[in-house]
Amino acid sequence: MSASLIACHECDLLQREAALLPRGTVRCARCGATLYRDKPGGLDRTLAYALGAAVLLVIANAFPIVGLEAQGQRTSTTLLGAVQTLYDEDMALVAGLVFVTTFLMPALEIGALIYMLLPLKLGRVPKSLPAVFRLVNAVRPWGMVEVFMLGTLVSLAKLAHLAHVVPGVALWSFGALMFLIAAAAASFDSRALWAKVEATR
Amino acid sequence: MTAVTAAEAGLFACHACGLLQRASGAAHDLACARCGAGLHFRKPESVARSWALLVAAYVLFVPANVLPVMQTGSLFGAQTDTILSGVVFLWVTGSWPLALIIFVASIVVPAAKLLALTYLLASVQRRSTWGQQQRTRLYRVVELVGRWSMVDIYVAAILAALVQFGGLMNIRPGPGAIAFGAVVVLTMFAAESFDPRLIWDPAEREHA
Repeated sequence: MSASLIACHECDLLQREAALLPRGTVRCARCGATLYRDKPGGLDRTLAYALGAAVLLVIANAFPIVGLEAQGQRTSTTLLGAVQTLYDEDMALVAGLVFVTTFLMPALEIGALIYMLLPLKLGRVPKSLPAVFRLVNAVRPWGMVEVFMLGTLVSLAKLAHLAHVVPGVALWSFGALMFLIAAAAASFDSRALWAKVEATR
Repeated sequence: MTAVTAAEAGLFACHACGLLQRASGAAHDLACARCGAGLHFRKPESVARSWALLVAAYVLFVPANVLPVMQTGSLFGAQTDTILSGVVFLWVTGSWPLALIIFVASIVVPAAKLLALTYLLASVQRRSTWGQQQRTRLYRVVELVGRWSMVDIYVAAILAALVQFGGLMNIRPGPGAIAFGAVVVLTMFAAESFDPRLIWDPAEREHA
C-alpha cells in the first residue's frame, strides 16, 4: 500500500498526492477530474446538514405540497398521496419511480449519513460502516429532490391559469430539503471519514 | 513523462472509496481492504452492458415520444398530450418559459444523452485517442444532466394527483409516461455502467 499515491477515478492516472491549500481543490494532472478538495467544517458540518435534512424530510412528507381550489371544490396532495394516485391509476411503474427517487433514496442517503457520522462523532465506529458507506455511494445519483422541486413549480405554473393554487407547508420544506441534501452531499469528505475511522479504532 | 495508470502498475483503485491497493489471489471476487466493494481494474463488461442498456433506451424512446403522457378529461371533451404536443400547447398559450424548460428537459436532454453515449461507446470501441479530455468532459456532463429529464414525470404525477374534479376536469397520466420514465432510468444505468477510464486506455499503449 502506498499512501502518497492516488489514482484518478476517471482516467486511472497514477499520481502523487498534492498538498491541499485551504479551500483548495486537487485535480487530476491528465483529465482534470476533481481528486479531492478541502472541505471546511469537516464531518461535523455534514452531520449537521443531514440532521436538518432528516427533520425537513418528515415535514415535507407529513403535509400537503399544494392545494387547488376550483368551482368551490378543493383538492390537495402530499407526495405520498401523488404516488398513491398514480398507483390507483394502474401506473404502478411510474408510481414506483416517483416513490423511489423522491422519498426512498433521499431517506436512505440521509439515514445512512447520520448512521455513520453520529456514532463517529461520539467516538465509536458503527457496525457495518463499510457497507453503509457503499450504500451512500450507490443511492446518491437516484435521489432527485431538486428535479422534483422543478417539476412541482412547473405544475403550479400550469395550474395557475386553471384554478386558485395554494402552496402548502411541504412545498417550502421540499425547497429547503433540496438545499440541505445538496449541502450534505457536497460537504461529505470520504477521505476525512476513513481517517476518522482509522483514528477511532 | 510517460503516464502510468494504476492498472498498469498492478494497483487497484477502489471504485467506491478510492483506496489504492495491491490485491493478491484470483482475479474474481476481490474486495476492497477498507470498504469491501468489489475490486476491478475497469468496470466489468462496461462496454457490453452500456450498449445493451442504451439499445433498450433507444427502443423505448419511440413510444415515449409517440404515446400520450397525459390525458385530460373535461366538460369540453377529452384531450391527450404527447411530450411534444404538451410543449407546443405551452408555447402557443404564451407560457414560453415553461415550454422551454420542458422542451430542454424532456426532448433535448434525453436525445443528446442517447447520442453522446453512443458516440462515447463507439469511440472507445474504435480505441480512438482523439479528444480524450473533451470526451471525459462529455461523460461528466451526461452524468450530470440526465436526472433533469425526470421533470415531466413529476409534472404528470402532481397534475394527476391534484386535478381530480370528477366530470368537470380530471387529469390522468398516459402510457407514454411509463416509456419515458424507462428511458430516463435506462440511460442513467447506461451512463453508470460506462467506465471513463476506457477513454484513456488506448493512449497508454502508444506512449509505453
